[in-house]
Amino acid sequence: MYRIRFHGRGGQGMKTASRILGSALFLAGYEVQDAPHYGAERRGAPMHAVVRAARGPIQERGFVDRPDLVVVADEGLLAEAGAAILQGLDHHSLLLTVGREPAALWQDRLRLAGPVLALADAVIAAGERHFLGAFCAGAAARLLGVVALACLLQAVDDEVASFGEAAVARSRELAEAGWRGLEEHAGSVGEGSAAGASGQAPPDWIELQAEAGDLAAPSIHGGLSSIEVRTGLWRTQRPVIDYAHCRRCWWVCSEFCPDSAISVDADGTPTIDYAHCKGCLVCLAQCPAHAIRAVPERGASS
Amino acid sequence: MTRLLLTGNAAAAWGARLAHADYVPAFPITPQTEIIDTLAGWIESGAMPGRLTMMESEHSMLTAACAAAAAGVRVFTATSSQGLLYAMEMVYAAPGLRNPFVLVNVSRGVQTPVTIQSDHTDVLAARDSGFLQLHCASCQEVADSVLLAYRLAERVRLPAIVNLDGFTLSFTREPVELPDAQEAARFLPPLAEAFGTTARPFSAGRSLAAGAAVLDSTAYTYFRYQSHLAAVAALQAWEEVSDTFAEQFGRRYDGVEAYRMDDAEYVFFLTGALAGKARGVVDRLRAAGCPAGLLRPRLLRPWPEAALRQWLRGRRAVMVVDQSLSMGKGGVLHGELASSLYGQPGAPLLLSFIGGLGGREIAAGELHEMATVARRAAEAGEAPPPRLLFTAGELRVVRKQQALAQVAEEEKR
Repeated sequence: MYRIRFHGRGGQGMKTASRILGSALFLAGYEVQDAPHYGAERRGAPMHAVVRAARGPIQERGFVDRPDLVVVADEGLLAEAGAAILQGLDHHSLLLTVGREPAALWQDRLRLAGPVLALADAVIAAGERHFLGAFCAGAAARLLGVVALACLLQAVDDEVASFGEAAVARSRELAEAGWRGLEEHAGSVGEGSAAGASGQAPPDWIELQAEAGDLAAPSIHGGLSSIEVRTGLWRTQRPVIDYAHCRRCWWVCSEFCPDSAISVDADGTPTIDYAHCKGCLVCLAQCPAHAIRAVPERGASS
Repeated sequence: MTRLLLTGNAAAAWGARLAHADYVPAFPITPQTEIIDTLAGWIESGAMPGRLTMMESEHSMLTAACAAAAAGVRVFTATSSQGLLYAMEMVYAAPGLRNPFVLVNVSRGVQTPVTIQSDHTDVLAARDSGFLQLHCASCQEVADSVLLAYRLAERVRLPAIVNLDGFTLSFTREPVELPDAQEAARFLPPLAEAFGTTARPFSAGRSLAAGAAVLDSTAYTYFRYQSHLAAVAALQAWEEVSDTFAEQFGRRYDGVEAYRMDDAEYVFFLTGALAGKARGVVDRLRAAGCPAGLLRPRLLRPWPEAALRQWLRGRRAVMVVDQSLSMGKGGVLHGELASSLYGQPGAPLLLSFIGGLGGREIAAGELHEMATVARRAAEAGEAPPPRLLFTAGELRVVRKQQALAQVAEEEKR
């Protein structure tokens, strides 16, 4: 069975990647399972999607704990423990990073037992990061080596159709670019096997003891602890205030910001706290003067 | 034969469409929203006849479902977790009205603390309401179970819940063979026909007060016990419903799924989507010489007691895996099964494992360990205390979160 994980951020198309690859493998005659996994659904938050494919019925579900292939669409996630990218990687697992850095850098930093490949994403413009999924799906399909390009493109058509013709056309280009980008590594990911009964490490179960009520209640003590969590890393689009058009109304953008990341000074001038702004763009939608625009986070001056 | 990749949610929506649901009172909640979203799209485009109404809460949604079912139309609705709990007054009120409809519940843990991941505590809170309950283990089973649930509900005149696990089914795509629309219509004739000689229960010219109050205990007892008897009768009705389904569609759904049970001595007992992984573990245990098997009740209500007694007589031990928690008691399935087996000849030892809470993955290695624990218990002739699936590593994670939440050190001692 093939077991694949795509890691990215909400809005980068990892669910679409899993669906394109899943459909392509289904068209190629495999039994398939694909599924996204996320917490609170939000643009920029770490999420992942899985694909399983086999010649017979698939008896597994949920998290892929022994991946044959892990694709990381956003290099920034490799530093986030919560993204669980490295979970279950062993000597047979291939890690594919998509971005700017070379494979040797990740091999050195992450000290992985298995192979690492890096695929440059220069072909994807800053403003079209939501097409990353098609690119990643194409790359993954080539690494498996069992999906013909025609199957891949048919899968793109099927999965992206609801987003319109332009999206289909660009997704086809990028899926093919990802596919061609890994030509020399075609077929380098093989099917993994499930561990047999003898290969199972016993779990270190513990007896959970009753603890005092204050400890056992899910309360966060001490205010403002959310300031410590710099959620600005989640942002894929950055809201930018055009002060020439801002009417200094003093409240609309600040009031609607779900993260209280916009402060307003005494003369009504708003300032965005980019350390905590998650890039939801609610402010952009609400600003009555249309004085807030969005720029792709990547390449934005900080 | 057309096989499509569908999520469990899309499969549920297809079930409602193929059942020709006339009316869908709706309210969104993760991880269910994709179901009503899909139905709304079809109804808007004209692909599906019928009417969908957004309500202001799940309580109103269930009330509208009861009213529409009383008017004699086929009703479909869906919810999850807190939504089911918010509707709970009407969940308990609906069955006594004795009108069938189908409610899909996408299982999600209940608060506090809040989660959007799956466990079965939500649907089991409706256990004693009078709703029939079908629990699914695959997306195919979800689509089929909606059809099965309508036919069963309409036979015994009780509403039915079809339950699917959040995420592992709701958001997971896998190949589904959609039942043919004409065959589905043959399986589920229009409601007036399904009720036989009974005309529509309500029409404008013929007044009816449904759910009348009875203030004396005699009538109360009579009506309540009637609902119970109808639910029990659904076991017999299931035989006809599932036989007919198998004849028409080629897929058989016994009230209890039995996997490699013929000579099994150690039996996993669980519900829902975890069954797939457990089947794989059964295969590997067998390859290693351990005679393991799996029993999975599809019917949670009515409880298939006779079948369970028959399947489990003479087995050595049962590993009950509960993905739910009854506070102050423990796993719900464990208690249910114990009550069915107590005093029975040849009853196996019952072991209780509680895990999968709030979507917590149950690792294959843990299922293997359960079999090891069960063999040891069978040799000793005594079941160990209930085991929570929770590791030292997980406690470290909680301690880290408590540190971030600034829980005072002295409170920890």
